[in-house]
Amino acid sequence: MADVNRGDRPLSPHISIYRLQLNSVTSILNRITGNALLVGAFLLVWWLIAAASGAAYFATVDAILTSVIGDLVMVGSLWALWYHTLGGVRHLIWDTGRALEVATADRLGWAIILGSVVMTVLTLLVIV
Amino acid sequence: MAFVTDRKRVEGLGSARTGTEHFWQMTVTSVALLILVPLFLLTFAPLLGEPHAVVVDRLSRPIPALIAAAMLVVTFHHFKLGVTTLIEDYVSGLTRKIAIIVMTILSYGLAAAGLVALAQIAL
Repeated sequence: MADVNRGDRPLSPHISIYRLQLNSVTSILNRITGNALLVGAFLLVWWLIAAASGAAYFATVDAILTSVIGDLVMVGSLWALWYHTLGGVRHLIWDTGRALEVATADRLGWAIILGSVVMTVLTLLVIV
Repeated sequence: MAFVTDRKRVEGLGSARTGTEHFWQMTVTSVALLILVPLFLLTFAPLLGEPHAVVVDRLSRPIPALIAAAMLVVTFHHFKLGVTTLIEDYVSGLTRKIAIIVMTILSYGLAAAGLVALAQIAL
């Protein structure tokens, strides 16, 4: 084993060669939403710090967060939060060895896409 | 022809004793977040855009403060684990190490900043 050539063996096809499928797209989106949520989390921590430091500074930060761009970022983050949450539930189900058949996995894929939109709209209508 | 033993080649690449730890922490924190995220949205979504006095009054109460504190600790731990995987997948060498260190400091730094702010509001 010690003299096996490990440097330039042919590689199996990777993501760049495959056609995008529902499974890969929803998985990539799960990663993107999870990491992009840093922006919303950062803004909320900033908002908390502003609330702690007094009414004047809070007004400044609040104006930024509730501006048109702020609203866009916050609604985007809300959708990302629901998408990542539902995507996470799918992973928790998969981790138990269930729902791994292609048809079932595809149904779960559509469920998290539609579910994230529905939950975002519901949150905006009911809570905000 | 490399004069390296099998053992030497795999040394330092990670052992089976700790390989599952990251996965398990992700599982535990995601289940915790499954409980926390709805509570967080119920508490904080209506607060955004409210005047300073209302926000401070609400955050001074124990239950909203508890939800906020738990959310800060669990989210940023979960984020730190996730972003580490992201970096490990796409970045290599010294840049990888620097990126992981920077994102770890940022994650726990933001969590700590949020907790300090909560304490200041409550007191």
